[in-house]
Amino acid sequence: MKEFSNNVDIKDWYISHFQAFENSLNGSSKAPFHQIRRSAIAKFADLGFPGRRDEEWKYTNLSPLLKHQFPVAARPTSLPAETVRQFVFKGLAENLLVFVNGRYSRELSNYRAPANGVIVDSLGNALKNRPEVIDRYLAKYAPFEKESFVALNTAFAVDGAFIYAPDNVAVEQPVHLLYISDASAGSHFASPRNLIVAGRNSQVKIVESYHGLGENPYFNNVVTEAAVNENARVDHIRIQDERLNAYHVYSLETHQQQNSVYWMVNVDMGGALVRNNLTLTLDAENCEGHLLGFYMANGKQHIDNHTAIDHAKPNCFSNELYKGILGGKAKGVFNGKIFVRRDAQKTNAYQNNKALLLSEEATINSKPQLEIFADDVKCSHGATVGQLDNEALFYLRSRGIPQEQANSILQYAFASEVFGHITIDSVREHLEEIIEERFARL
Amino acid sequence: MLTIRDLKVSVEGNQILKGVNLEIKAGEVHAIMGPNGSGKSTLANALAGREDYQVDSGEVLYRGKNLLEMSPEDRAREGVFLAFQYPVEIPGVSNANFLKTALNEIREYRGLEKLDAMEFLTLVKERMQLVEMDPKLLNRSVNEGFSGGEKKRNEIFQLAVLEPALAIMDETDSGLDIDALKIVANGVNKLRSKDRSFLVITHYQRLLNYIVPDVVHVLVNGRIVESGGKDLALHLEEHGYDWIKNEREAPVTM
Amino acid sequence: MNKDQQSNDQQIIESRIKSEYKWGFTTDIETETVPSGLNEDIIRMISAKKNEPEWMLEWRLKAYRHWLKMAEPHWPNVHYDAIDYQDAYYYAAPKQEKRPESLDEVDPKLIETFNKLGISLEEQKLLAGVAVDAVMDSVSVATTFKDELRKLGIIFCSFSEAIREHPELVKKYIGFVVPPNDNFFAALNAAVFTDGSFCYIPKGVRCPMELSTYFRINAAKTGQFERTLIVAEEGAYVSYLEGCTAPMRDENQLHAAVVELVAHKNAQIKYSTVQNWYPGDEQGKGGIYNFVTKRGVCLEENSKISWTQVETGSAITWKYPSVILQGDNSIGEFYSVALTNNLQQADTGTKMIHVGKNTRSTIVSKGISAGRSNNSYRGLVKVHKGALNARNFSQCDSLLIGDKCGAHTFPYLEIQEKSAKVEHEATTSKIGEDQIFYCNQRGISTEDAIGLVVNGYCKEVFKELPMEFAVEAQKLLAISLEGSVG
Repeated sequence: MKEFSNNVDIKDWYISHFQAFENSLNGSSKAPFHQIRRSAIAKFADLGFPGRRDEEWKYTNLSPLLKHQFPVAARPTSLPAETVRQFVFKGLAENLLVFVNGRYSRELSNYRAPANGVIVDSLGNALKNRPEVIDRYLAKYAPFEKESFVALNTAFAVDGAFIYAPDNVAVEQPVHLLYISDASAGSHFASPRNLIVAGRNSQVKIVESYHGLGENPYFNNVVTEAAVNENARVDHIRIQDERLNAYHVYSLETHQQQNSVYWMVNVDMGGALVRNNLTLTLDAENCEGHLLGFYMANGKQHIDNHTAIDHAKPNCFSNELYKGILGGKAKGVFNGKIFVRRDAQKTNAYQNNKALLLSEEATINSKPQLEIFADDVKCSHGATVGQLDNEALFYLRSRGIPQEQANSILQYAFASEVFGHITIDSVREHLEEIIEERFARL
Repeated sequence: MLTIRDLKVSVEGNQILKGVNLEIKAGEVHAIMGPNGSGKSTLANALAGREDYQVDSGEVLYRGKNLLEMSPEDRAREGVFLAFQYPVEIPGVSNANFLKTALNEIREYRGLEKLDAMEFLTLVKERMQLVEMDPKLLNRSVNEGFSGGEKKRNEIFQLAVLEPALAIMDETDSGLDIDALKIVANGVNKLRSKDRSFLVITHYQRLLNYIVPDVVHVLVNGRIVESGGKDLALHLEEHGYDWIKNEREAPVTM
Repeated sequence: MNKDQQSNDQQIIESRIKSEYKWGFTTDIETETVPSGLNEDIIRMISAKKNEPEWMLEWRLKAYRHWLKMAEPHWPNVHYDAIDYQDAYYYAAPKQEKRPESLDEVDPKLIETFNKLGISLEEQKLLAGVAVDAVMDSVSVATTFKDELRKLGIIFCSFSEAIREHPELVKKYIGFVVPPNDNFFAALNAAVFTDGSFCYIPKGVRCPMELSTYFRINAAKTGQFERTLIVAEEGAYVSYLEGCTAPMRDENQLHAAVVELVAHKNAQIKYSTVQNWYPGDEQGKGGIYNFVTKRGVCLEENSKISWTQVETGSAITWKYPSVILQGDNSIGEFYSVALTNNLQQADTGTKMIHVGKNTRSTIVSKGISAGRSNNSYRGLVKVHKGALNARNFSQCDSLLIGDKCGAHTFPYLEIQEKSAKVEHEATTSKIGEDQIFYCNQRGISTEDAIGLVVNGYCKEVFKELPMEFAVEAQKLLAISLEGSVG
């Protein structure tokens, strides 16, 4: 009962900040999107925060997050360029959008859009300048009616990234979205909101990364929506490397049209309490959805990945591979759903999730689930939990490799199955370096 | 035994067989040769009654009965056997159980007593020797994990047990090395009799060195364009299919 | 095959699906009931009818008071109208002057009923090596081979008799694995259970025959609440079978049983079920709600419990036969075939709770969905901290027949031990047209081909059943599936 009443209090805390937030919007509260914000806060008031009794939150206790009263992030002072530089991925410094505490920083960003109609901009600017695209796509996929964190984000959404690839254009250079949360002066909560629109027969690559500064706890509640039109391809990489006292909730909703392809590689390393809700919706024939994930957690970190692949139409293919390494007292949660709806005949859907427990006190709760309503389908899932292969370990040691090194070689091999799918070489190499260094610390 | 008149068959809306005529008498071995895509396998599958093979027109009389009206299982019970080009795997169903079910269905249809387990086993052991098949394969699931050669041998073994009147062999030689080919051909030759006819479909002449046909037909673009004795196969081997295409296709299409 | 033949196949399948439930007759026999509804007086009345000692009544009342505070759970993937617990009878028994001492004293109508179900109560006619306890509605009507088993020290009798004759054992073990407050239906059962079977295998004894209980619901509007308790002492072995059928009735009937298994050191219990309660008609009218709690505990080292189930009946099946692997080196197994057709719903699976060291569990679940049914596997593998080297392997396959049904897989893996190794695999498939055609081409009809493939699919589970049961299970599956493939 105590936890419940706490949920109510903290819910009211967020609701009570909506008014002030609304006033701060000045003129833009007249825009149609603001009506959506209002519905979203009303919905959030109905939904509240989920509790442990909610099947989707069975293994994730939100009370550490809910005991904080985080203020809405104010427009931050800028950061020194060299502070930012440490987070920039190799080779992507020229294609960079930087966000500080959820707000776009023009002076830190460095991006010149190619002249062929490609738009890479902040959502804040797009809300002002491009109402036609915003009205058509924003908040059309992420379900704020059902998900409290999506509702909370939608209510407070004011900035983020907006990426638009027009029909028949392949955007060659990957776009780097760099989110830095600066909590050195105090705590805050931010609601970054990203919108990706890939036109017919277009291609776009996005690298999203999250980092933090300072010692205070903070809360990032992100929503990304992606509308993928016919024949388009989106390569999406997300790297979450927040501070170890950060709370991070990330919701992805994709919506795919015919013959489109979505590749998501999702990597979580940071955060005290992390929850990802990743949903790929294959809503037309001959779509492909790929979802690859890797997470590593140590100390008291809690990383929860809830994924769903929704096969709504026939002849689609999906492949999901999720791997995690848990040390210390870390807790991992994996919940992977595959839905195959009544019409979705000839679906091929594969899912595999594997976890390594490295310490006595690490825990993994895994729930891969299939819900199949069509008969002519090939679906499978596998889940394994275990330790490093002792035979392999012995083999390496018998060749003269010390145990610790042998361990990290094998851990690295375990992870590389996921990283191998990152098509942008510089990003893969950069990540490999970080991971190698982290393994040494596990 | 089998009379095919002006048979036209479509697959997924494309007409593959464009008027095939063929007459096979009891005890004869006919070979059908032809380039890839000429319709050889379509003919085999249409005769066996596979769905997706839409008969547009024509007729097929088998021992005086209209074959095209029968369900696939009734065709089998009447004595039409198809040795598949790609035998399917049926996990969990043992070869022995499968074959016993099939054999007893066919015997029942023909008004014969069903065989009990012992009689069946005796028969099966004897017939296995025909194709030099490893008896262990009997207890394995149908075709599951079989090598290409084992699958083909298994087809001929089934032929030996089920004793059909008309055996259609769809590219039985494909994927077989020469030793396996000889074993399979040898098995078939032992099964030849005056009451049993064979329709041997192949892309290469080599099989016909071992199973010597009475008549060879050449199927090109959905029609039989040439028929002759076994020498025709040798000629094809030497000269390829082009000479026939050049010589025959033009007049036919005019 | 042309389109006509295809639709012809569809018809064969549909006509087979529509086959009748063959065990749906009723026995016209005078029945003794207590008034409908549920309150403490009813429970006192049931207890009095059974001449129970005071402690048993108190146990029931305590469970009942607990039940009153509990809410009916609704988390499974099944849907049904609310159950009115006051509109049901909690005790119904074929009227008999006294408990018959021998078969001669049993009402011939009862013997006839069981004969019709293929269960002969005359020992000489029985399958050699199977002892039967026959339960009709709320009471056990006869138990065979009792005396023979007695010579070995094995107790096999109705639960009522065990309460009277072996109170010390019942007191010790009732509620030991499934406490009366475990869940809503277990609490309800504890309050109103009327009979069931009791087996006790003493130290070092290998039970020489299969023990079996056959449950039959006959009376209308009654719930069936039986309890089964099996205790295997150190080094003992027993194989136990249970079967069940019910008449076809338009209203739903509730079956809320509790089964408890206790395996001591080096003991082994094999528990097999062929569940064929009336599934309701094609429109989903009637049928049994089968809400059952089954759990075993491998209490000491090297013990083993295996559950094998073939579930074809019931409108709704909701059960998770589970094993608590407490003793070191103990083994838990679960083999299941669950078939749903028409509008049946099943949410079934298992829980394997690893506590002791070097414990192992195996789960093989084969779901078959046909018609408009929904079939869910739900399972939990939990490895507690300190359950060193725990191993689990799970395989959950679903076979879909037709495009109007659903198959769902909900495995939960909760691992708190780093030396654990847990593997889960699941697949979903349908019977391939090319497989059917291959069989057709060898002269096997479509429906027989389906039978072959389905039996092949279930083979891993059938091989765990005692021989006679495996044959029965195959037949049952064929009948339940009649007409279901296109």
